[in-house]
Amino acid sequence: MSALQEVMERYEVVIGLEVHSQLRTDSKLFCGCAVRYGDPPNHHTCPVCLALPGALPVLNERAVSLGVRAALATHCSVQPQSIFARKNYFYPDLPKGYQISQFEEPLSTGGWLEIPMPDEAAADAVRRIGITRIHMEEDAGKSIHDDSVAGGDGSQVDLNRAGVPLLEIVSEPDLRSPEEAGAYLRTLRQILRYIEVSDADMEKGHFRCDANVSLRLHGALDLGTRTELKNLNSFRFVEAAIAAEIERQAEVLDGGGAIQQATLLWDRTSGQTRVMRLKENSDDYRYFPEPDLIPVNIDPQAVHDIRAELPELPDQKRERFVREHGLSEYDAGLLTGSRSLADFFEASTAAYGKAKPIANWLLRDVLHALNEREAEIDEVALVPETLVALLRMVDAGRVTPKSARELIPELVARGGDVEALVRERGVEAVSDAGILETAVAEVLADNADAVARFRSGEDKMLNFLMGQVMRRTSGKASPAAVRDILAAKLGG
Amino acid sequence: MARITREEVERIADLARLTLSAEEAQALTHDLDTMLEYVQALDGLDTQNVEPTAHPLPVATALRPDRARPSLAPEEAVGNAPEREGSAFTVPKVIEGVES
Repeated sequence: MSALQEVMERYEVVIGLEVHSQLRTDSKLFCGCAVRYGDPPNHHTCPVCLALPGALPVLNERAVSLGVRAALATHCSVQPQSIFARKNYFYPDLPKGYQISQFEEPLSTGGWLEIPMPDEAAADAVRRIGITRIHMEEDAGKSIHDDSVAGGDGSQVDLNRAGVPLLEIVSEPDLRSPEEAGAYLRTLRQILRYIEVSDADMEKGHFRCDANVSLRLHGALDLGTRTELKNLNSFRFVEAAIAAEIERQAEVLDGGGAIQQATLLWDRTSGQTRVMRLKENSDDYRYFPEPDLIPVNIDPQAVHDIRAELPELPDQKRERFVREHGLSEYDAGLLTGSRSLADFFEASTAAYGKAKPIANWLLRDVLHALNEREAEIDEVALVPETLVALLRMVDAGRVTPKSARELIPELVARGGDVEALVRERGVEAVSDAGILETAVAEVLADNADAVARFRSGEDKMLNFLMGQVMRRTSGKASPAAVRDILAAKLGG
Repeated sequence: MARITREEVERIADLARLTLSAEEAQALTHDLDTMLEYVQALDGLDTQNVEPTAHPLPVATALRPDRARPSLAPEEAVGNAPEREGSAFTVPKVIEGVES
């Protein structure tokens, strides 16, 4: 039993997550500066996001509708009126000295999502995790702490990100293990990407997570004192950081100590958490209604319209794939992992006419090639027509399944015409009767013993003889044709 | 008195990064207390059925279409900065740790 499992036998782990996800807008939340990643410092700033005196914020319409869409996709209630508030704190990358956020009256409240249960035998076992609230807020800029800045005594500030629209999605403290926290994040990210609310690209900081962690004895009603882990920027770090914090807290509690409420940073090199600051309470942020912005009224009709436009969600799609295409829950889960893969599957199935072969080729060979490249299906050259053309060649016996599999990485990387690639590689299956008959005759002559055993009832020797013919033709013989010729000769 | 304590004033000053002399803290405690006393008149009213007001104007917010428009030239954006490196502002070194 690992140290973590041992701790979790004795204590109940209580985890709540706060996710910041960047909204997919062209412009910032309160000004018309472009939302762009990777440009040189301060190329997308204006009086509003630089906090120059007299500049006033004007709310981005699309940010509101994307927020509503996220709320509906996670079963939250959209508040008819929500209010922006100032969250006051001081940091060089926060030019106004306050962040425009929402506090008392957020965009939406009271939703949930369902996460797969990692340890359950049943593939469709799920657990429902509550969502406390989803609100809109602006991002801060970026500080660059580099030893070269100002001879090592300075930090650089880049405000390209200042004012970029975020959703903060706060879960209930319903998660009970690092794995569940990881599953929640993956599910949430998948939903946000499906509904095109956020690219949720962790590497670009589009999807960031803070975790609140506490322990209590099993059966206890009150929550233990929690600590907050800041800015966990990959699924792996989230799980590792939470696991390390659980073990740290258990050690303190086991020694008779008390947990001190604090904000912690995860140090991935040491694999440990360390205190960043002792926690302020929310009073310390001196929230008050943002006087520069009027309350946002969200018309029930607008909510209704956004709900009507909501695309099919991952769970719904998975169930439909099981129902319509006769796939297993597991395969359907993999194929609906991203919307682009699900779309690829459906387009290919429609063109090919049968779902199962498409599912098999995608899950076995195409996904493998994608993982090798760490790419999504819509980022590579392979298109549904190409996959279908390849499968048709296999069906026609013009390419062996083995050769076809070997072509997949190439088609994923470069796409193009399947016929041309097959010719170029010289992997067209040999179904020329003359060549095959000769090969079969040679194999039968060389393997008299195997032939005799087959004739005396050892059916499996047929596969051996098939294999010999394939070898003799460098794997290019059409298996169907070989089987026919062998059957004819042996049967005779 | 004692609608606000000297301690609370010092705490708020600290959060606002203000350094107050003893005299200033004393005077502000008195002034803030007077203001709170003035506002306290509202306690005499029954506000049971009155919605809290976030903004004095009875209008809904105007929204802006999501269209990017040109930003300031970087030179202009950092032009007033006391310290800069290229198009970045530079500030005295800040310790690791980010708010969001």
